Amino acid sequence: MRDLFIEIWESIRRNKVRTSLTGLAVAWGIFMLIVLVGAGNGLLNAFLSDSDSFASNTMMVGGGRTSKAYDGLKQGRRIHVKDGDMDILRRQEFSDRVDLISTSLSKNGYTMTYGRRYFTNVSLNGTYPSDVEMNRVKMEAGRFINQKDITDKRKVIIITHLHAKNFLVGSTDYDRLLGQSVKVGNLSFTIIGVRHGDENRDDRELYVPYTTLKSIFGLSDEVDDITFSFHGLTTQAESDAFEKEVRTAFNAAHRAAPDDNSAVWIWNRFSQNLQMEKAQSILITALWIIGLFTLVSGVVGVSNIMLITVKERTHEFGIRKALGARPGNILKLIVAESVLITAFFGYIGMLLGMIACQILDATVGQSKMEIFGQSVKMLDNPTVGLGTAIGATVVLIVAGTIAGIFPASQAAKVKPIEALRAD
Amino acid sequence: MLIELKGVHKTYDNGQPLHVLKGIDLQIEKGEFVSIMGASGSGKSTLLNILGILDNYDEGEYHLAGKLIKNLSERESATYRNRMIGFVFQSFNLIGFKTAVENVELPLFYQGVNRHRRHEAAMAYLEKMGLTDWASHYPNEMSGGQKQRVAIARALITHPEIILADEPTGALDSKTSVEVMELLTRLNREDGVTIIVVTHESGVANCADKIVHIKDGLIERVEDNRLHHASQFGTDTIMK
Repeated sequence: MRDLFIEIWESIRRNKVRTSLTGLAVAWGIFMLIVLVGAGNGLLNAFLSDSDSFASNTMMVGGGRTSKAYDGLKQGRRIHVKDGDMDILRRQEFSDRVDLISTSLSKNGYTMTYGRRYFTNVSLNGTYPSDVEMNRVKMEAGRFINQKDITDKRKVIIITHLHAKNFLVGSTDYDRLLGQSVKVGNLSFTIIGVRHGDENRDDRELYVPYTTLKSIFGLSDEVDDITFSFHGLTTQAESDAFEKEVRTAFNAAHRAAPDDNSAVWIWNRFSQNLQMEKAQSILITALWIIGLFTLVSGVVGVSNIMLITVKERTHEFGIRKALGARPGNILKLIVAESVLITAFFGYIGMLLGMIACQILDATVGQSKMEIFGQSVKMLDNPTVGLGTAIGATVVLIVAGTIAGIFPASQAAKVKPIEALRAD
Repeated sequence: MLIELKGVHKTYDNGQPLHVLKGIDLQIEKGEFVSIMGASGSGKSTLLNILGILDNYDEGEYHLAGKLIKNLSERESATYRNRMIGFVFQSFNLIGFKTAVENVELPLFYQGVNRHRRHEAAMAYLEKMGLTDWASHYPNEMSGGQKQRVAIARALITHPEIILADEPTGALDSKTSVEVMELLTRLNREDGVTIIVVTHESGVANCADKIVHIKDGLIERVEDNRLHHASQFGTDTIMK
């Protein structure tokens, strides 16, 4: 192995300028590949940061309006989802797939006061403990609502870290707020937890136990929506079938036609996620293809240079063969040289590409755009992962081998009689 | 019998067929010092190529050390060349970017001998050639005679059955030519190395004990030259 490297080094050393120029094309190819994939990732990350805020294996069911007459009732009737509808999902037919069930109910337009500090236009969201998983609530301090809060209808509240920071005058020692009370409207609640709020969306939702909210306001059984999580689905078809089953069951409970698609609306986050993943993979594949084609031009260059090198070294290969080199020895020598050149310059390109991604992250990645009143990041973490780096390494080695194989086979074909030809 | 050729024919076909060897019968014993002489176009180079397993032949048989050398694959012929034949070329054919000792090591490299043992063996042969001090020099830093001695060390390092020298003095001045021929003679006398020298110089041929004259693809005659009187010029020196 060491001998092989020495031989290759000797060969490269003699053609420094030529080798570097060729290497530049390879480095550029890989650089483009990394930057393209990195920027693509950044675009997707920014695009998908939204979908990160809930678990993907969930569905949300809400009320709608019937689109056809059924069971003696006319079309256009409003359907309200009730908290009792959660029992539908606890039935035999769903129990093997459905894991967590939660519901939510919200009341808007309150003012929250803590000492002399206050927030206007906050909303109270009555919810269940399982919401912490399904909506991916990130706790910064304290705990989320538990079952005891639900059964005892405790007047407890979860505020966001944005509120907490304000209450603490910029400090992040959120634990100090736990156990303190805040007023929402005329009601007093005890803070039991601080969750991470979404800065981009001006998050003003305060979580309270569902039962508390319902009893305080003397509300009916009607809820905003029911969210549940499930397992065991993999394909789009399975997801669609399951969604249809759920719809049929809800429709039946509300006396709507089984095939009425608007009686209840269903937000199938699983299907949405599948589609997003598909879109994501298409975009990344497209970027890889563009990057690879750029790389191909570099590889052709390497192949070309190797061919010239082989022509120049014909006499030497003749001597080697006369001395007992087998065709395989010569083949290995040239392919290894090609792989080494490609890999070496490829890694330089990869390194520069990753640096470029970091620069992109530090500049464009930090800037935000205003779209419909929301500030949106253009690129979020536009870098490539270890997977891409490994993938690119494999590509480089394969590319180097392909670039070298033709010149190498030419070299291996050199006849030992060439050694006798005086040069 | 170390080398035995029976009715060897060779025809080149570049557009029109050219019958170069027209039935060569030749026998060489182990330890002989033979020269093959002939004018250019006589077929002596082709014969050398066949003896050196560098080229195939069409008809007949070639036995080298008891092995039939015929229709070998590239791998097999490479291995046979490596183990049984040591080449000394007219233009030395040292690899320019390798030092003297690396050049000498090369045949052992293709045998898969490890670096340390290879180096030791190569140094031993360079010492034998009186080139110890030149081991780490590159070919372009050496004189023609030195280069040819490096090449001879390289030919000897695998303990081959035969040394095939193709115009070994062709690129040397007459003084160095004498030295190289003396070296080959000594190797033959003292170490019993079988040497075949292909040349068109009668002075060089005269160093050998047996001279094979080739003309028009056939062996014209085999001359017993143990008394070294074949060339009227070659008694003391080599005419250039």
